[in-house]
This record gives sequence, C-alpha cells and structure tokens, in this order.
Amino acid sequence: MATIHFDNLGHSYHPHPSKPADYALRRLSQEWEDGKAYALLGPSGCGKSTLLNIISGLLVPSEGRVLFDGLDVTRCTPEERNIAQVFQFPVIYDTMTVYENLAFPLRNRKVPEADVDRRVRQVADALDLTADLKKRAKRLTPDAKQKISMGRGLVRSDVAAILFDEPLTVIDPHTKWILRRKLRQIHEEYRLTMIYVTHDQVEALTFADKVAVMHEGAMVQLGTPQELFENPLHTFVGYFIGSPGINLMPCTLGGDHALVEGIAIPLPDRAIAQAGGPQIGGKFELGIRPEFIELTRTGTAGAVPVQVVGVDDLGTSKLATLRMGSQTLKARLSEDQEIPALDAAIRFPSRWTKLYRDSHLVS
Amino acid sequence: MDKVQDNRAWFLIIPVFVIVAFSAILPLMTVVNYSVQEIFGPGQTFFVGTEWFQAVLADERLHDALVRQIVYSLAVLAIEIPLGIVIALGMPGGRSARTSLTLVLLALPLLIPFNVVGTIWQIFGRGDIGLAGATFRALGINYNYTSNSIDAWVTVLVMDVWHWTSLVALLCYAGLQSIPPAFYQAAKIDGASKWAVFRYIQLPKMRGVLVIAVLLRFMDSFMIYTEPFVLTGGGPGNSTTFLSQYLTQMAVGQFDIGKAAAFSIIYFLIVLLFSFVFYTVITHTGEGDKQ
Repeated sequence: MATIHFDNLGHSYHPHPSKPADYALRRLSQEWEDGKAYALLGPSGCGKSTLLNIISGLLVPSEGRVLFDGLDVTRCTPEERNIAQVFQFPVIYDTMTVYENLAFPLRNRKVPEADVDRRVRQVADALDLTADLKKRAKRLTPDAKQKISMGRGLVRSDVAAILFDEPLTVIDPHTKWILRRKLRQIHEEYRLTMIYVTHDQVEALTFADKVAVMHEGAMVQLGTPQELFENPLHTFVGYFIGSPGINLMPCTLGGDHALVEGIAIPLPDRAIAQAGGPQIGGKFELGIRPEFIELTRTGTAGAVPVQVVGVDDLGTSKLATLRMGSQTLKARLSEDQEIPALDAAIRFPSRWTKLYRDSHLVS
Repeated sequence: MDKVQDNRAWFLIIPVFVIVAFSAILPLMTVVNYSVQEIFGPGQTFFVGTEWFQAVLADERLHDALVRQIVYSLAVLAIEIPLGIVIALGMPGGRSARTSLTLVLLALPLLIPFNVVGTIWQIFGRGDIGLAGATFRALGINYNYTSNSIDAWVTVLVMDVWHWTSLVALLCYAGLQSIPPAFYQAAKIDGASKWAVFRYIQLPKMRGVLVIAVLLRFMDSFMIYTEPFVLTGGGPGNSTTFLSQYLTQMAVGQFDIGKAAAFSIIYFLIVLLFSFVFYTVITHTGEGDKQ
C-alpha cells in the first residue's frame, strides 16, 4: 500500500501543447492517502482514463511526476510500481482454469505454492468463485469472467494500489450492486488503496471514501461524497452529482445580494467579501441544489413568488418544476409537503446558496 | 423455443444443392463410374468391380509417392506454421506506412502464378546463370537440383516455403490484430513474461486462424502439382514425383482411366482423413475437461 502523490502532473497527446484544450490532463498537484478508496468520476473524454493509466504506469505523463510513498515512479512500468488493474472488459486467460487464472500473477512472481493456494482460495471465497475453481475460465458467463479479472487484481496482498477501470460495465444491475458491496467489504477488511474509475455517480459515491470529479481534463473537485453534494466547488460538480443537478441562474451582484433578473437573493457574507464587489469582472452564477430550496407561500419574509409548472411524484419524494421570471428551477420536496397552487413562493437559505464566478465557487 | 416445421425451407436450400451437385457430386460420381469399369473405347466398357482399387493399392511406385507426399506435407507444415507465426509476431502493428509496406511485401509471393513460381526457382537454382545456383557454385558447394535428388527435394520444399509462408503469416497477423490491447496491459500488470504472453494470450487467440492455416497448407501441399512439374518434372528419377503428378502420368500419359479414377478416389479419401484428424486435434487441444 502506498500514498500516491501527483507533482505538477499533466499530460497532452499533442507534441507541442500550447493552449489548455490541448491537454488531456491539466496540471495537477495532489496527495492521495494510503489505504483509502478513491473514485475518479466524469463523463467520457474527461481525462479520467488518462489519469488512471498514468497512475498504473501504462502511460508516461508529458509533464510532472508521480510519487508512490515519496519515491518517483513516473517512468516505472506497472510491474515495477507493483500495481494491480482491472479493466472495463473481462481479461481472462482462455486456456487456464479459474484457479490458474487467479494464481497467474502470483506464480509469475515466484510466490511459494502454499501461499498461492491460500491467497487464491481466499479471493475465490470473497468473490463466490470457489465452486468454479476447477472450471475452464473460457466457459463461464461474462459476470464470472469479470469476477476473475477482479480476483487477479485482488490476489496479490502486497500491491501499492488496485485500479479499477469501469469494471462493472458488462455486469447486470443486480450483480453490479452485489459486487460493489463486495469490493467495499474487501476494502474495509484489507485497507487497500483502491482507485475506481467510473462515469456513474451512484457507483462512485457508494464505493469511494473520496471522489475526484473530472471535467475537460481538469480535476475540478476532490472530496467526500458529502462535500461534493453540499459544497460543489465547480458548477460541473453541481450539475454532474445529484439527480437532478444543481439549479444555476445567471446573476449580477448588488450590495450584499445577488440579483437574478432584478430579484435580490441574499448571499452568505463570505461570498460577497471574496467576490470583491461588482467591479470585478467575470460571469456570475447563483447555484442551489433542488434539495435545499424551501417552498412556502407568498408573504413569508424573504420569499420570492414563483409559479408551479409541474410536479413529478417520484415515490419517495416530489420533484417540483418552478418558474421564477424566465428561470426554471427544480425543487425536491418531501412526499407530504403541500404544494400551493396559486401563491407559491420560495426561499433561498443563504447557507446553501452558492455564488460561482466563471464556473468556480466564490468562497 | 418451439421449432416451426415448414417445408418451404427446402426451396431456400435447393439452389445450393443444385450448385454443389453440378460442381462436386456429379464429377465425383463420374470418377466413381470410371473406377469400376475397363474402358476400351466409346460404348465398349466392362464392369470390373474392385479390380482397379486392388491394382492401385498394390502399386509399389504409388506407395513410394505416397510416403514422399506425406513426408513433404509434414515438412511444409513443420516449417511454414512456426515460421509464419514468428513473422506475424515480428510485424509492426497499427496503421502506419511500415505496416502497409510489410503487408504488400508479404502478399507478393501469393500473387504470382504457380507455374511462374516454378520458372523463377528453376532459373534461380541454375548453376550457370541462377543467383542461388551460381552462388553455391562459387562457394564450392556441390548443388545441382537436376541430378541430385536431395538437392531437388530441398529446392521444392524451400520454394513452397517461399511461396506460401506469407499466407500463414498474414492469417496469424489477422488473428493477432484482433486481440484487444487490454489483454497485453493485463498481462504486463500480472507480470507475465514474453513467453507467457505468447503461450497464454497470443497462441490461444490464434487458434481459429491456425486451424485454417494448417488445413489450407496441408491440403494445398498434399495436392501440389504445378511447381515441381515446372521445376524438376518429378525428377531426378522419381525423387520429386508427388501423388498428383503420378496421377496425371497415369491418367493422361498412360491413359489408364480406370486405374487413375480408383486412385483419385483413394487420394480424395486420404486428404479428407488427414484434414479431419488435423481439425479435430487442433480444435480440441487445450480444451481439456468438457462441462
């Protein structure tokens, strides 16, 4: 197990990158703790696979360094780094049995046969593969094959980190859920450093201690699932995490308020102090998560009248679509909350109201 | 799922039946017809039963030709299959000019007509003007494919290797290109040696194309005719007379239609038998336990 440190890391597939868009991975300096589960979350093409391949050593970054426990491994092969990786599609050795597949990484490293047997049985047990150990790997279902791929990642007890590159893509939803829980259990039991790449926020949020959200090659936020939800540092995090994502409204600044189409909305004091007043340029946006909008009736202090356009009943909660001026907002309400038809109004609790300048949180 | 019985399906396969009947079954039946008759002239035929078959099976020259043929075909396989795999493993991947160039160079021998290949090697091996023959002579090596039967035999073999190894290499290359990069990356991470990558990833993934390569090369080499005919004419002596050449001598040279027909059928059955054995062995190697 190792602490992973990124030192001014960046990567471009162009030979002479000049503008930020040339970078598949933009400058990044960070430290990832030993024994934690991390998720790299973002849509396709956001650079998460590039970062993963740099961590595993399949790709040498064009700039900066990667350090494992303070040791520069930027140019080391995956083997030298002692990394295990599980790929998106099952990789199995067709001619071997399940047992031989799981033993392969250990036998290649000349581990004593008794230890091999012990580890293989342990891992097979954890992944429910014990009954299949003697079968040819080729004959198994895609689910089982992917379990073997994962097993080969988990079988080495001394790895610096285990990397998962969207490993549950080929697995059906129910098994997906079981396997994710299994991985979580294995992580808690052995305290392995795990890095999990996915584009599925549910997968990332349920698996990881810390989630790194990637957007256009940049890591826009690294935080616990709660931090990402409550305090998105970037509008993309607000939009990508949560369902539906954060409500965003273009705004201007006026005194200690944000003005959305002339409607004054109070801001947390810190935000205004940091924003430095209206003379500083940039595109301002006001964000609030649907979960934090308070629905009341007109006449309540600080409430802004809105028109209720529609309500979707989601079973465990209600999702109201509201119109404020020309802005459309979503608000998530509890099942038993009454929704006024004519005199609805909303309040923006200043604690949850976020001000963004050029997509970045002002705080 | 319930199977639907519908006789109209027969209409869909009738065209194939007709084509196969005219292209394969009817000609074959003509041969069967000849093989059981003595033919003196048009309308003058006698039924002789299995006499021709007995004559063929007792033919000493044919036994020699058969042994020669089997040794030759096995030698072809033993050289061309491993060599083709090695060449395919060494070929550059991806879409580059180097790849295209390699592919074109490899495909060249395959594009040359068989009798031209024979002529090329006939000249190539000549001691007076041929590049190889003259070089051997200059080096003081006694090489003459027209008088020494071992030289002739080796020349025919090398010619076949030159002509057809490309086919094996191209087939294997196609098989190798279909392996997803993740397999190599996973093997790297699992700490697999180069040999292990070949043994556990590349070779199993090439199994399908290797079946095709072995069958094609076996059947083609077992039926080889044109190149040795042009190069050595079957000589010196009978040292490079293979089955098809002997068959031609019998049918066209001596006009022993009945005997040649019986021989053809036996020949056909031998090719069929060998192909079946190769196919079964290769497709079942490494499968081990059946679930």
